[in-house]
Amino acid sequence: MKKVIFRHSTSRQLLLSVAFLFTFTLSGITQAQAAQDATAQAEAGQEAAAADDGGSDLGDVSAGKELFNSLCAACHKPYSNSIGPALHGVTERRDMEWIYSWIKNSAALIASGDAQANEIYNEWGQTAMPAFPQLSNNEIDNILAYVEQPKPEPPAAATAGGEAGAAGGSGGVSTDVILGILVFVLAMLLLVLFLVNKTLRNFADASGIVIPEKPKRKPIYKAFVENQFLVLVSSIFVLLAVGYFAYGWMMQVGVDQGYQPIQPIHYSHRIHAGENQIECKYCHSSARVSKHSGIPSLNVCMNCHKAIAEVAPETATEEYSKEFYDNEIAKLYEATGWDPATRTYSGEEKPVKWVRIHNLPDFAYFNHSQHVTVAGIECQKCHGPIEEMEIVYQNAPLTMGWCINCHRETNIRIEGNEYYEKIHEELSKKYGVEELTAAQMGGLECGKCHY
Amino acid sequence: MSSNKKYWKSVEELNENSSVVEALQQKEFAENIPVEDFLGDKQNLEDSKTSRRDFLKYVGFSTAAASLAACEGPVVKSIPYVVQPDRIVPGVADYYASTIADGFDFASVLVKTREGRPIKIENNDLSKFKGGVNARVHASVLSLYDTKRVKRPMIEGRNVSWEEFDREVTSALDNASGDVVLLTQTFASPSTSKLIQDFSSKYGNVRHIVYDTVSEDAALNAFQAKYGRRALPNYDFSKVKTVVGVGADFLADWQGGGYDAAYAKTRIPKDGKMSRHIQFESNMSLTGANADKRVPLKPSEQKAVMSALRGYIAGGSSTSDLPSNIDDAVVKAARELRKAGSGAVVACGIPDMEAQTWALEINEALGSQVMDTSNARVIRQGNAAEVMQLVEDMNNGSVGALLIAGLNPVHTLPNREEFIEGLKKVETVVDFTTRADETSEVSKYVAATPHYLESWGDIQFNERSFSLMQPTIRPLFDTRQFQDTLLKWAGNNVSYLDYIKETWSSDFGGQPFSKALHDGAFEATSPVAIAAGSESLSGSRSSSLEDNLEGEGFELSLYTKVSMGDGQQFNNPWLQEMPDPLTRASWDNYVTVSEADAEELGLENWHDANGGLNGSHVNLGLGDTVLKNVPVYIMPGQAKGSIGLALGYGRKAGIQEEMQTGVNAYPLYRNFSSVQKVKMEKTAGVHEFACVQLHNTLMGRGDIIKETTLEVFNTKDAHVWNKTPEVSLDHQETPVTSPEVDIWESFDRTTGPHFNLSIDLNACTGCGACVIACHSENNVPVVGKNEVRRSRDMHWLRIDRYFSSEESFTADLDKKENIGGLGSSLSEFGELEEPAGNPQVVFQPVMCQHCNHAPCETVCPVAATSHGRQGQNQMIYNRCVGTRYCANNCPYKVRRFNWFNYAQNDEFDYHMNNDLGRMVLNPDVTVRSRGVMEKCSMCIQLTQKTILDAKREGRTIKDGEFHTACSAACDKGAMVFGDVNDEGAKILEKKNDDRMYHLLEYVGTKPNVMYQTKVRNTSEA
Repeated sequence: MKKVIFRHSTSRQLLLSVAFLFTFTLSGITQAQAAQDATAQAEAGQEAAAADDGGSDLGDVSAGKELFNSLCAACHKPYSNSIGPALHGVTERRDMEWIYSWIKNSAALIASGDAQANEIYNEWGQTAMPAFPQLSNNEIDNILAYVEQPKPEPPAAATAGGEAGAAGGSGGVSTDVILGILVFVLAMLLLVLFLVNKTLRNFADASGIVIPEKPKRKPIYKAFVENQFLVLVSSIFVLLAVGYFAYGWMMQVGVDQGYQPIQPIHYSHRIHAGENQIECKYCHSSARVSKHSGIPSLNVCMNCHKAIAEVAPETATEEYSKEFYDNEIAKLYEATGWDPATRTYSGEEKPVKWVRIHNLPDFAYFNHSQHVTVAGIECQKCHGPIEEMEIVYQNAPLTMGWCINCHRETNIRIEGNEYYEKIHEELSKKYGVEELTAAQMGGLECGKCHY
Repeated sequence: MSSNKKYWKSVEELNENSSVVEALQQKEFAENIPVEDFLGDKQNLEDSKTSRRDFLKYVGFSTAAASLAACEGPVVKSIPYVVQPDRIVPGVADYYASTIADGFDFASVLVKTREGRPIKIENNDLSKFKGGVNARVHASVLSLYDTKRVKRPMIEGRNVSWEEFDREVTSALDNASGDVVLLTQTFASPSTSKLIQDFSSKYGNVRHIVYDTVSEDAALNAFQAKYGRRALPNYDFSKVKTVVGVGADFLADWQGGGYDAAYAKTRIPKDGKMSRHIQFESNMSLTGANADKRVPLKPSEQKAVMSALRGYIAGGSSTSDLPSNIDDAVVKAARELRKAGSGAVVACGIPDMEAQTWALEINEALGSQVMDTSNARVIRQGNAAEVMQLVEDMNNGSVGALLIAGLNPVHTLPNREEFIEGLKKVETVVDFTTRADETSEVSKYVAATPHYLESWGDIQFNERSFSLMQPTIRPLFDTRQFQDTLLKWAGNNVSYLDYIKETWSSDFGGQPFSKALHDGAFEATSPVAIAAGSESLSGSRSSSLEDNLEGEGFELSLYTKVSMGDGQQFNNPWLQEMPDPLTRASWDNYVTVSEADAEELGLENWHDANGGLNGSHVNLGLGDTVLKNVPVYIMPGQAKGSIGLALGYGRKAGIQEEMQTGVNAYPLYRNFSSVQKVKMEKTAGVHEFACVQLHNTLMGRGDIIKETTLEVFNTKDAHVWNKTPEVSLDHQETPVTSPEVDIWESFDRTTGPHFNLSIDLNACTGCGACVIACHSENNVPVVGKNEVRRSRDMHWLRIDRYFSSEESFTADLDKKENIGGLGSSLSEFGELEEPAGNPQVVFQPVMCQHCNHAPCETVCPVAATSHGRQGQNQMIYNRCVGTRYCANNCPYKVRRFNWFNYAQNDEFDYHMNNDLGRMVLNPDVTVRSRGVMEKCSMCIQLTQKTILDAKREGRTIKDGEFHTACSAACDKGAMVFGDVNDEGAKILEKKNDDRMYHLLEYVGTKPNVMYQTKVRNTSEA
């Protein structure tokens, strides 16, 4: 079991702030400037390249990109197969007139007995493509212009430069340098002090001044040992301190706050819930109705990942590369038996054995739907900033004291809930309060969670 | 002055020449300690692989490892579905309607499943065919997870694939020389009947013989002779005004059972009226125990009673040779029956065609609306004569192939030796069975069939009511339904499900299949002709009562227990541990003997030093058959000269060792007649019973059971027959319920729900369905016979049974009140401990009373038991340290202590000790571990669920939504559960009822469980 370093550890914060300060005062400004320039240049280059290709005889690339993203991207990718075939090079493979009639109404074309149409229809598992009668030939030209752009080379150099700059800006690497500088400064100071002392003594010797010897005093530890009162008091203090810390240590036995196990598939909540803003309950749907939040079954993953076989280059971080993430998606495909090449399920399923992070003991009953649906509590209240977690850890201690505290502090949500109307009115009158806490509602009774 | 006394340490010292003394003067030990031998042999020491250092290392390492391991939590894996089925949400229960039809129990049920596994059986309220969901049906879910099930098809004990099995059997059937005989249970399934006809037309020479393990042959023959269909009349007991039972245990398994719910509803006094029940019987049965008037009679006399009743009511000879007091009772019964007119019925359980015919005649003569012959029951179709003929044919060698389905004839046939001989002469024997049993052991082909919770089916209860059986789990093993196999062998490749739809042409009582399947039951618009059933009238071969009662000896009545029935679910620990409602003994069957006969034969029951009940042994002899060392239970109410013995016990094959209990009574079931004349003689030996109630009488304690007669109930004020106990306050008698005498501070419970449970002693028949329902809902462990004997049973809900010591409980009370003086009290209290020869009986379900002023809560040193605002007394297992103070301070003795770990412990090798059996556990209830107290929680997991559902849907809770496992299981309406803060709730009505009282009210515990005073209809017409 690995425990993560505490998020708000003071020493870390201190270090970071010092580093931050230094980078800005010393080299930060220039480096950041450089980085910005680099990115801007790279982007400009790409745009320019696109504009160049836009001049192709087919049509307007930017208009085509817009149309492609709104209408086609759900099933097609320019350079790789998805639900439908890769579109790059389609103008070479097919006649333009054929393309127009296919896009406007593929079903009619197939029905008419067109050989090409039927061939492609059967090749792609008889998945019908929706008809787009609203598109004009001109618009189709624009789309084709977009997809027929040559595949852009990964802008390696520009990105690398940008990354280096960004790293400097965020102050991750330079902490070592700063520490080195600090150590060096300290050493210099010590050296100066020593030299000054030495010089002064030399001066004293030279001018014949005798430095008076200090009278020998009783060593402090002896004095301490002889003073029995002091010994008694301090040993009491020591015992109390030991007791305090021992108690604290023992109370954390079995509390797995920060538990962050390695999972069989590196699933990043940061990417899904954070960057892509997927609602928690889209995947953890049973949290609405059940006591379990439910680990999503893999078919839920495949709702999206049928079409998403690789991550965008921007998703990669310093720590985890694009290849790493793509490999994790491949693990999902292996588990579900999905073959991305043929776009079929092999039927060979390998259920994923996730490591459970939040482990309540069997004698404690917890119901997600009570908290999520009835009380309307945000998932983050207990699970922490899940949308920032690359690897999920246990945020809350999950101790009984933690539950109880929340029940004492949280008001129950009665808006629009007929169940609470009468009981809330009576109880709030009884307690003489406007709003009732969960505790006043009976949320501290032992049998509500232990049976 | 010095003494010259000499002290010596051993006798040895007195002997001056002893070498030992000399040696001991020099050395510490008389003999050399072989240290040299041990350590001197250097070679030996070096050869040893474990040095002293190693040893210390091991100790040190293991200590360190253990302490390290204790600090780290284990890694828990969670494995979600790859593709989650639509309907399954982890943590939310799904319900499916299905039907049990195992040949003995037929009922429409609702199956609760969690994450795709059935965990509980409940009543299906949508079924018009009410009743029948008894303790066995509730327990049947555990039989699904029986480890002793047949897991795959076998040929001569060798595991084979279904393809091979089909190939071998069909070729054997094709080449069968002689008849192909299907020996089956009663399927009562229209599709199965049709299928068997298909099968017959394929093979041509097929005979279908239906065999009911516990036969209703006489009643079936009588009905067939009179009405031309092989069926049983249907009775609507809700119309009963007066019922006379003659040897009929109609509250249990009489003619297919399921009549108790309707009966119980007529027992609750309403507008000053309730039904009247007179019972003539030999064994003390559940039915007799509930009767207003019970006359103990030997079976031979019962037939005379039937004859006399027929004379008095239907005409014919109106004299009887009965003793005058019995004749008087019969005359009175006849008068009452006539007076009740269409609300009268006679139920006859005598295994005699003549007596059964009389019963039909009497009911017709009475114009009984209770008996319905136009809507006959078809859930018993067995034909005893044909079964007898089959055994003969087998021995003749005229049977080429025998297909046995849903039966265990090698164990249950009275002439099992003949049957086994016959089996050897049959070339092909196929046994379709769910469980490994005696028959599958001797069958060449064993076809593994699924449990009913894994099967499809359509069931016909009577001519109008139907029910569908649907699987609630994928087959656990490589099993295939009997019907699917038969379809395959008949050359039909459709599945049985499609076949059922085909049979009904997708019209299920005017509804589509999906609706019928959802409801589980449907009614045919017009009566459907009875399916299957043999045509041949076999009345001539049916044995009469007189045949079976020839000779000398005791008249034995074989009966079925509510727990074990015909013994199909013998490997079910819940049923084994369920105490019999009347004897309160679990894990056993025994001969019930009357007190008078016991005295004559010197038979005894006594209590061992540890409190356990012991009994003598007897041998029972019927012709050449002798049952040896059958334990004796002296039963109050047993008719003199008669004895009783339960069928269904004594199985050995395919039964876990712990559960091989009791004796097999089927060898005494000659001619499929439940009445036999047997010789009984005492033998040596002592039997140890596991009996959960050792004190049988109330001794006039009116605070436990309050009861009165209908007459008093109607004419007198409530405080006469249901007086609130009074205590002295300032020398003034004050009712214990008044606040002045209360030393407790009461909490305000007027807000939110406040749960109460009402138990109506009038409607409770003592059937025990609630006991098993509680078992299955609350993960109550099974502790085994030895622990039960030590009074360590874990039942959260027990049904106390009390016998009266005098003729009636009121007479007990009078006797107690009139005891005066030391001499009288010494003798008469002693007398009150003895039940009467024909006592009154009362059943009282007792669980935690959830006292508002609970004595257990105040004595707990760690506050592990506390009170909730909703009225529940909460038991917190994780807080409990096991002092057992609470159990000692509980006046109702309802707390149970976990003396051991009952889960995953080889010492308690029941369902909680294997992965399969643990699948039945309810995930919402903690499995308790050793050293903690437990008790009824008033199903807090269910009440909390109801509240949460309402909260989530943002609505108020309607009356009837709250229920506990026991109140939901009680189809008699004896248990009503609800929120007393809800105006207009049924429970509030019960709370304000005049009959309401609390158990031991004078203690002042203010329980949230209440009882309704028992009213007996003693008014004779």
